[in-house]
Amino acid sequence: MRKSSVPGEIIWYAASILIVMAVLFPIYWMFMISLKLPEEIFKSPPAWFPSVPQFSNYGALFSDGDVWSLWNSLVIAGVSTLIAMVLGTLCAYAIVRFKTGGDNFAIWILSQRMLPPIAVVFPIFLAYAAFGLSDSFPGLILLYTAFALPYTVWMMRGYLQDVPVELEEAALIDGYSHLEVLWKVTVPMARNGLIATAIFAFVFSWNEFLFALILTRTEVITFTVQISQYFGSQSTFWAKIAAMSVLGTLPVFFAVSLLQRYLVRGISLGAVKG
Amino acid sequence: MSDLKISGVHKHYGGVHAVKGVDLDVPSGEFTVLVGPSGCGKSTLLRCIAGLEDLDAGTIEIGNQDVTWKRPRDRDIAMVFQSYALYPYMSVSENIAFGLRARKMAEAEINKRVNQAAEMLGIGALLKRRPRELSGGQRQRVAIGRAIVRDARLFLFDEPLSNLDAQLRDEMRAEIKRLHQDLKRTMIYVTHDQIEAMTLADRIVLLRDGRVEQMGAPLDLFERPATRFVGGFLGSPKMNFVPAELSGSVLRLSDAVSLQLAKAPGGRGNAPVLLGIRPQHIFRAGDSANSLQPPVTIIADLVQVTGTRALVTFAIAGQTLIADLEVGPDCVTGGKIDVRFDINRAILFDPQTGQALAAPSEIRPRP
Repeated sequence: MRKSSVPGEIIWYAASILIVMAVLFPIYWMFMISLKLPEEIFKSPPAWFPSVPQFSNYGALFSDGDVWSLWNSLVIAGVSTLIAMVLGTLCAYAIVRFKTGGDNFAIWILSQRMLPPIAVVFPIFLAYAAFGLSDSFPGLILLYTAFALPYTVWMMRGYLQDVPVELEEAALIDGYSHLEVLWKVTVPMARNGLIATAIFAFVFSWNEFLFALILTRTEVITFTVQISQYFGSQSTFWAKIAAMSVLGTLPVFFAVSLLQRYLVRGISLGAVKG
Repeated sequence: MSDLKISGVHKHYGGVHAVKGVDLDVPSGEFTVLVGPSGCGKSTLLRCIAGLEDLDAGTIEIGNQDVTWKRPRDRDIAMVFQSYALYPYMSVSENIAFGLRARKMAEAEINKRVNQAAEMLGIGALLKRRPRELSGGQRQRVAIGRAIVRDARLFLFDEPLSNLDAQLRDEMRAEIKRLHQDLKRTMIYVTHDQIEAMTLADRIVLLRDGRVEQMGAPLDLFERPATRFVGGFLGSPKMNFVPAELSGSVLRLSDAVSLQLAKAPGGRGNAPVLLGIRPQHIFRAGDSANSLQPPVTIIADLVQVTGTRALVTFAIAGQTLIADLEVGPDCVTGGKIDVRFDINRAILFDPQTGQALAAPSEIRPRP
């Protein structure tokens, strides 16, 4: 490796620190706002730290029952991710190993996600109203599964293509069925890709706002919709918005931190495959 | 009793006719090698036997049972793959036991068989390791172990030594041969390496362009190739082919070189033929073999010394030939060497069709 000079290293580290600060500052600022008094939030010059940390901002979310929206998001994103992963993996396996649907089927599936979401909001709203699916767990789970499925099929297709077919053939000869081979050989081999895909699917459902806003009212409000309700015509509850945002960031933060090893490998694997 | 019977098997891949009506009957306990150049259909045929490819026509029987449309797991076969096909997230022991667990075998029996196989293959100390911690040769032993614990009726090998270096390949080849002697099971082995085919096989099935070109015992194919292709494919260095003119029982290679046959090959009269002679069947003139043929003086274009032998490249009537001769002081580029052709072991081919015209016994020189 090339030996770098001391000034070069200083510039390198300074630039790195600047980039990290630029990326982390909004998160820091969000966390600080969540602990501030209302008058400190827009203070000029800015208050970098709250004078007295207001944990009551978080307490209010619990006492008002707003945190249930996080539970709703968790259930909807978790279940839809699970279903999308199971169906998507089976579908991708069929495309990769049995050439189901021909060469362009996977692209056709992905093309379903090219449509601007707003274009289908109205028909879906009407259909959900007619079938009584509005403001229900099954309604949003069904919708998010449908949205996540093209991505999971597309991504899993790439990862499954990387699994050497001889491993599956050896297992077929050894006495396993196709479904057993998928479970015992293919899925463990594609584990990194599977985890990366699942995180993508989960994050998509977790962050979704538009459809949740249109299709929910009172029963299964997700945390993104809950945050939007803090913007009032008379006043905006910035501390609550920040506190809920912090809580909403935590599940994804922990999921990515715990599974970072697989995620990085999974993403790079997909990148190489193209 | 026959363990494998293949009748009229055809297989297409899109527009490519990969296997064109192959018939094959493999007796119980035989080591059959499917050999041929790349794209000849040998691996496709093996995959058809394994049930990994559906046939377009024909039938396959294993142990007198029609398995043409049976799933791979219902065929009572075990297979060793070129890429080893070991599961990287399992230990050696789990890899070997994987097929036994699929058949819901008792754990005690699984352990017994895994240990027996590991001992037989010399990998007993590696059972707890993962495949990535093994060398290429060790991995291939594990792959073979996974096949032999199954105690299947038919063992299939798909170019199992191709990924190994030359020295390891020689060792593993000997081990596979010994394994067959110990197990006495029917084995079908695919390779493109004619040395593997010659050394391992009880019977060679030489495939070309999806068809069986010739099948038989290795020495039969070596000594009596049915076509120019078989003669050229088996043997190293390759068989020499020299266009010649047949006049009665005299074979004229050039103005200066003529060979005397025992009798004229039937129905040829005076005609152009192709003489096929192996480098090992060209001797120094002083050697006793076939001394009745007149000596021919050759000029060495290229000499490759391999130890006690030298591969000498020379030309007759513009055709390049190679002779495998004992090393001598004349084995230098430009050196003049007197040699004799062992016409007893040469083959005449039809230059148009490539079919053999006469077996060596038919063209022995007169006493």
